[in-house]
Amino acid sequence: MKNRTIKVDYLARVEGEGGLLIKVKGNQVSEVKLRIFEPPRFFEAFLRGRHFSEAPDITARICGICPVAYQMSACHAMEDAFGAQIPPPIRSLRRLLYCGEWIESHALHIYLLHAPDFLGYEDAIRMAKDHPDAVKRGLRLKKAGNAIVNLLGGREIHPINVRVGGFYKIPAKSEFLALAEELKWAREASLETVRWVASLPIPDFERDYEFVSLRHPDEYPFNEGRIVSNRGTDIAVREYEQHFAEEHVAHSNALHSATKEGKSYFVGPLARYSLNFDRLPSHVQDAARAAGLGTVCRNPFQGIIVRAVETLYACDEALRLIDAFEMPDRPFVEVEPRVGSGCGCTEAPRGSLYHRYRIDERGLISDAKIVPPTSQNLKTIEHDLLDLVPKNLEMQKDRLQWRCEAAVRNYDPCISCATHFLRLEIEKE
Amino acid sequence: MPQRKPKLAVWKFSSCDGCQLSLLDCEDELLAVADAVEIANFPEASRAVVKGPYDISLVEGSITTPHDAERIHGIRRASKFLVSIGACATAGGIQALRNFKDVKEFISVVYARPDYIETLKKSTPITDHVFVDFELRGCPINKLQLVEVLSAYLNGRKPNTPPHSVCSECKQRGTVCVMVAHGLTCLGPVTQAGCDALCPAYARGCFGCFGPKETPNTAALAAWFTQAGMSDRELVRAFRGFNAYAEPFRRESEMHEK
Repeated sequence: MKNRTIKVDYLARVEGEGGLLIKVKGNQVSEVKLRIFEPPRFFEAFLRGRHFSEAPDITARICGICPVAYQMSACHAMEDAFGAQIPPPIRSLRRLLYCGEWIESHALHIYLLHAPDFLGYEDAIRMAKDHPDAVKRGLRLKKAGNAIVNLLGGREIHPINVRVGGFYKIPAKSEFLALAEELKWAREASLETVRWVASLPIPDFERDYEFVSLRHPDEYPFNEGRIVSNRGTDIAVREYEQHFAEEHVAHSNALHSATKEGKSYFVGPLARYSLNFDRLPSHVQDAARAAGLGTVCRNPFQGIIVRAVETLYACDEALRLIDAFEMPDRPFVEVEPRVGSGCGCTEAPRGSLYHRYRIDERGLISDAKIVPPTSQNLKTIEHDLLDLVPKNLEMQKDRLQWRCEAAVRNYDPCISCATHFLRLEIEKE
Repeated sequence: MPQRKPKLAVWKFSSCDGCQLSLLDCEDELLAVADAVEIANFPEASRAVVKGPYDISLVEGSITTPHDAERIHGIRRASKFLVSIGACATAGGIQALRNFKDVKEFISVVYARPDYIETLKKSTPITDHVFVDFELRGCPINKLQLVEVLSAYLNGRKPNTPPHSVCSECKQRGTVCVMVAHGLTCLGPVTQAGCDALCPAYARGCFGCFGPKETPNTAALAAWFTQAGMSDRELVRAFRGFNAYAEPFRRESEMHEK
């Protein structure tokens, strides 16, 4: 059989710049390269010498889609370094802010970036011609999530109200209550979303992944918990770097993460869901089951269903948090910087986001390390393609290429994050 | 014959994607915009690419690699009206902090194999490389200002984006001055409006997302900061944010770097 090359110069409907090169020799894939040409931006370098209080605002600029995640991981890392205790009402508001980002980011990915793949449209705007109600529902759902971030964060992209220790200002209770009406609609709309995505033609594909996510004793994870995996990892956030490492590969401006044994692993909605199904409220579990999911999901193409389930959870949790709202005595707790280091790991919409900082005697950052979800998933994405392509060689070239692109989009990759990703080239030699 | 819809293209250079996301964040206006223009190249939203030339190009991000320094010329040649959007495209962005340091040292901090990385010494705005028809400021841009720019273009008029300071917006909004009343350091007096004076309304000082206003008196503001007890090092950091390489902010920060 002849040799083929699948090549995508510039992967669309992902955040950032990357391409894909797949070389096929006979029935064997000889090479898969996810090429990251998003220019490097050197955040870890220019954070050195900046004041600890600047980290949430500066690191937010790594990603315009999940700035809240960066702000949260940065705050938790600093608070860890300084031994600051965050009172429960502020902790609840951080969860609420994260709910807003999950709803906004998941709705964006489900409706505008991923669903068009399953229905065969180039984009959501073309999809809207045939499925106007679905696209309008997606946009309104996205807006409902953004409304939370707008109120509590000040604006949806790069919020300004988050600081180490809490918030600059807490809006009045009546302003939170005003969000509830639309969130009730959003909860119904996300239930409808779960049903809608479950009806999409989703390819059969499964792999035995090592899933990694936070796990919390009582809650579905956002900000806190231990880092666990389905292979027995159960560690404190502080032990992250003893178990996971980054390597630098030639075809990528993003570092690739792996376990210390050099194995790929999977972070993000599938991992969170599969490791924390028992932490979802029973009616959310019921919605997942009705959509055909088990308690563990190993088909990355079903990530779109899992995102819808998480959106439902986030709407529900946001309503619960608003209902239980309690005005903190002060919008933030004073933190006293001290020499030392601290780390934080929170669940960005795309998966676990790890930050570690070392702070000097002037409160300045002397060393920073940031591991975004997409760099942790890059190796897994390449492995998916190694497995997917040989099984689909009978497909026409343009269809196979599209399938490969969709397989990358399963991860909602954020290339700007990973370079702190995509062009597709499938080369048949 | 029906009139041809203007072709819109969105381009990305070194950035966080937040500014082009602003277009997708126009939940109420997106379908109307898509009705008024042909979205001809917008990789973040679509895998379909329509060949140029384009009537209007939105350019996000700064120029940081030799390849991008070439690419922007091709985009300029293919575009009738080119708008740079956001602090990266208009001032070099947060990644322009490298411009004050040795970039080689930066590469070795982040990457184990510096030889794999190709990058320019400086992160520079689009206007340093090609003629730009309009610059839309912000980190991120204000999505309503983006709709205003598109609407102005479609109707053949000049975009209405005020060049005055954040201070004016505080007054319009009725926010009490956070510098006078609470002693906070605030870049509002030298920063261009556009955010609706967001930070002071949330009880914090402006940190300069929209870059320098027209004719900013940065020296006078720096003197106030010094009087309030700010050290030179702190002053340097205050002016070196997302618009660090915008001329007035760059000059002021260098004045205090001894």
